[in-house]
Amino acid sequence: MVSKDKLSFQGYRRENGRVGIRNHVVILPLDDLSNAACEAVANNIKGCLAIPHAYGRLQFGADLDLHFRTLIGTGCNPNVAAVIVIGIEPGWTKRVVDGIAATGKPVEGFAIEQHGDISTIARASYRAKQLLQDASEKLREECAIDELWVSTKCGESDTTSGLGSCPTVGNLYDKLDPMGITSCFGETSEITGAEHVCASRAINEEVGKKFLATFQAYMDEVIEPHKTSDLSESQPTKGNIEGGLTTIEEKAFGNLEKIGKKVKYIDVLEPAEVPSKGPGMYFMDTSSAAAECVTLQAAAGFAVHLFPTGQGNVIGNPIEPVIKLSANPRTVRTMGEHIDLDVSGILRREMTLDEAGDALIDVMIRTCNGRLTAAEALGHREFVLTKLYRSA
Amino acid sequence: MTNHFNVHHKADTVGVITVEGVEAGQELTGWIMETDETVVLKALDPIPIGHKIALGDIKSGDTILKYGHDVGKAVADVGKGHHVHVHNMKTKRW
Repeated sequence: MVSKDKLSFQGYRRENGRVGIRNHVVILPLDDLSNAACEAVANNIKGCLAIPHAYGRLQFGADLDLHFRTLIGTGCNPNVAAVIVIGIEPGWTKRVVDGIAATGKPVEGFAIEQHGDISTIARASYRAKQLLQDASEKLREECAIDELWVSTKCGESDTTSGLGSCPTVGNLYDKLDPMGITSCFGETSEITGAEHVCASRAINEEVGKKFLATFQAYMDEVIEPHKTSDLSESQPTKGNIEGGLTTIEEKAFGNLEKIGKKVKYIDVLEPAEVPSKGPGMYFMDTSSAAAECVTLQAAAGFAVHLFPTGQGNVIGNPIEPVIKLSANPRTVRTMGEHIDLDVSGILRREMTLDEAGDALIDVMIRTCNGRLTAAEALGHREFVLTKLYRSA
Repeated sequence: MTNHFNVHHKADTVGVITVEGVEAGQELTGWIMETDETVVLKALDPIPIGHKIALGDIKSGDTILKYGHDVGKAVADVGKGHHVHVHNMKTKRW
């Protein structure tokens, strides 16, 4: 058993007290138009991280709010030491800068209009160099496990996910939730068929009702108006079906194995909403598409991600390290370079769930201490913004 | 002893093949995880790893149980030991 008395990790303490496990200087575009300038700055100043994305123009209402919440949250994440924001014009650029500045971390914005790319890139590069050198002096310090924020989402699931890799994450949560971690699961569509079991895992009836209202709104607003005869091949995906999953209900019960046997979630979050009720588990209303979900969880401030996979999803995230585990021996054999933890021994009755959970705690702590995940080493930086509806 | 398939819950009507290369006619050993029981069953189809095997005779329209829960329905009769997947099972949800 992992010793529960002195479970700690080496993290970076930020100005607002939150603890991160990486020390990125991010070059963040406000909009699609500013990707090129951001990538040029990151190319000039080695060690900075540009996070290009596809949106930011002509959005409005709740969709625009989510865009700002996601970008600001990404900058605020404690895995980020400092941020340069580049936008096409100064107004919305400043809105992102001000949102990130609330954490107390260094952040500066640059707008392209009336300057052009070249001058903007030059000015932003000078500032990025200074921020990077300052960040490089930041030292890790010992942090208690209750300062860690851990998110989860599974992908390219198959039946081995429900048998091995998802319950391994659940075992970790059952052990670490009582020790005060803050955690998150999501994937609204992927709870279909198990929604009442999920509602029963809420801390009280009020939170359970909030979950069911969120689930029903997703069904009414997204699935019902847009579905054709059947969502099979989308939910479950072609990859899920290849792996032996036949129905969404079957997939949902496997998915829910990730929240363990004992943990109760304490609140329901909007996409990219920062938890505000203290330590404990949260459900977040997200798509079940891997990169969209992890991007939202990272924007809510989660520092490390646990990602069970069956058939072998290869996703990573630019700022939140994604730890992959699989119980499928074929996946471990054919694409092992993507897998951080092999729990296929559970299927052979060679490894107990308790042992698998301890092994995952060990890999997670080592990752928090600085060990790169497979996805980080392979350069996976999928950053995908959730779009609620068409732009104006 | 090789374990060929797992069953989540005692009440389940399907199990999951956990090894590669199961062939028709092969005698399989399975593990009911909830009760830690060992069971035996003959496969009557070749069944890929991760795919489901019928633990008893299932009639068209029957609810299929896995994790002890309703995970869909049979849309064809499925004999004990046969492969259960999209050709004979469907969601009740969409």
